[in-house]
Amino acid sequence: MSKLTDFGKARRETTKMVPVPSHSIMPERDLGQAPALECLHLGIDFGGLKAVDDFNITVGKTEICGLIGPNGAGKTTVFNLLTKVYQPTRGTIMVDGQDTAGMSPARVNQLGVARTFQNIRLFDTLTVEENVRIGLHNQVKSGMVSDILRLPRFWKAERDFHEKALWYLDIFDMAKYADWTAGSLPYGAQRRLEIVRALATGPKLLLLDEPAAGMNPSETAELMENIVKIRNMFNIAIMLIEHDMNLVMNICEGICVLNFGKIIAKGTPEEIQQNPQVIEAYLGAGAHQGEKGGEAA
Amino acid sequence: MKKLSKTLRSTLSTYALIIIAFIVVQVLMGADLISNSLQGQLVPICAYVCLAVSLNLVVGISGELSLGHAGFMSVGAFTGVIVAACLARAGVEAELVLFVVSAVAGALVAGIVGLLVGIPVMRLRGDYLAIVTLAFGEIIKNLLNNFYIGVDNAGLHFSMQNSSSLGMEQGTIIVNGPQGAVGIDKISTFVGGVVLVLITVAVVLNLMHSRSGRAIMAVRDNRIAAESVGINVTKYRLMAFAVASALAGAAGVLYAMNYSTIIPSQFDFNTSILILVYVVLGGMGNIRGSIIAAAFLTVLPELLRAINDYRMLIYAVVLILVMVVPNLKAYQRLVDMVRVRILKRDAAEQAPAAAEGGEGHE
Repeated sequence: MSKLTDFGKARRETTKMVPVPSHSIMPERDLGQAPALECLHLGIDFGGLKAVDDFNITVGKTEICGLIGPNGAGKTTVFNLLTKVYQPTRGTIMVDGQDTAGMSPARVNQLGVARTFQNIRLFDTLTVEENVRIGLHNQVKSGMVSDILRLPRFWKAERDFHEKALWYLDIFDMAKYADWTAGSLPYGAQRRLEIVRALATGPKLLLLDEPAAGMNPSETAELMENIVKIRNMFNIAIMLIEHDMNLVMNICEGICVLNFGKIIAKGTPEEIQQNPQVIEAYLGAGAHQGEKGGEAA
Repeated sequence: MKKLSKTLRSTLSTYALIIIAFIVVQVLMGADLISNSLQGQLVPICAYVCLAVSLNLVVGISGELSLGHAGFMSVGAFTGVIVAACLARAGVEAELVLFVVSAVAGALVAGIVGLLVGIPVMRLRGDYLAIVTLAFGEIIKNLLNNFYIGVDNAGLHFSMQNSSSLGMEQGTIIVNGPQGAVGIDKISTFVGGVVLVLITVAVVLNLMHSRSGRAIMAVRDNRIAAESVGINVTKYRLMAFAVASALAGAAGVLYAMNYSTIIPSQFDFNTSILILVYVVLGGMGNIRGSIIAAAFLTVLPELLRAINDYRMLIYAVVLILVMVVPNLKAYQRLVDMVRVRILKRDAAEQAPAAAEGGEGHE
């Protein structure tokens, strides 16, 4: 651990904008293309606490990347930084080659970052289709005046909204729920709807915050298929936070391990599984027997 | 498709409600069954319905508690009165033209004021927003208290000191400070009021069931999620606020043109609260509810005139009951029972239909 921190510290001390070598294990298909996401020395302080510090990562254009770490490591904080729910204290976030400094959450989404939430945040009182239509907000345009006066543009927009919403819902076989109130959906379907809504915004990078939380093994297996399916369908990068190691190790091409707000390891699933620092972070120092390993396993 | 027809059904039934109410009132008036005092209330009822529906756009659909709605009503009212007076002086006599032009002007000016007030106010949330809108409502009232406006052949004159400092020759004073606007042409009619109600309802419902309206409701339901799908939160909160202000302005014109005199202190905090009561009573986000609540609560004191000594007491008791009863366990159980019955009946009706649909080409 000390070796890694020293490395980061040394680099911070020398200069802030040194071109940093690629930090990810970019799959070969992404070589030569601008990364979907690039974070340089990203950090945020809450009072005196460095919730995230010196976070460097590069995610390839079509990479599935896992962000793991013990509870309270700062994983969701990283997502909140990437989507500008929090403005970073220091560091740079580049989305598809563009600096996002000072952007609002809405602007970052328009640039191509969509997310789901750990605690589901749907528009509960609206229907499933309306939720997806809201996701399509920036894909289909009509102004206030044409909305109020019901000009032809409004009707055209509504037709587009309807068709596209059903098309997106069909990806997860959810068109049958279109008229349901979002709040009345079963839990697993609510999680899927959040992904559909995020996809409807036309992202280049999709952030999934614990997509498998509360799912049983068969639902998780289906989810894994779906994640790979949408990556292949839309050719987008996906970054996910997950505690289910089976899911992470099986579908992620690169994994980044966070502890106390700092990256302690990066690599392929195989490398991460053997990394002594990761084992220490999850199981505690000197845990050879894995007594408390239930959560990590 | 079924859901679409459901919203369509509810929208149509709202329009039908207004038109049927209008016809019923016309028939009753024809039969001379409506007292004079109640007839005098018809235009104010329409104005209050418009105000309640427009405030519902802010409180129910956008989810912001606004306590300054009467302020925008007064901006519209005074603008309308000034425009009408100028037009009348310029020789326009057709009442319809006078009314339409002043209503549009009132809506425009109130909308612009709403937008300007909204820009700072929409930086706030929740209780803070409520208190600041309250303050803006009072500021507007106090500003109008100090406005002296007159018109003569040279054009409009404006002063904030007193009417004699307007420096007019043979002009007429339109707005006279705390004494308000005097000598208004009473050109509001019940028909005009109903048309304005229909327009207001159409604007709110059309907005609600559109791209912009969904964005407004998304912000209300979950601000963080709305931002995360690329919705400009400030823009849509501001849109709801400004549109509601404009509609309140038009309602203010309707209200003002029903009296020969209006004074700024009529449009105070109490009026804002009264409108809010209609919205809460009718149900947040429920347009039909706002219409019924506004009409009912304006008519009620008139109906109770026979027992004059107790009418405000009964009014208060009714208000308390209407607010308390829906929260009673026993009442909720009763509603649930009825709802389950209706659902069962609907399901029984739909089951054969669904089976047919499944076999059909769909």
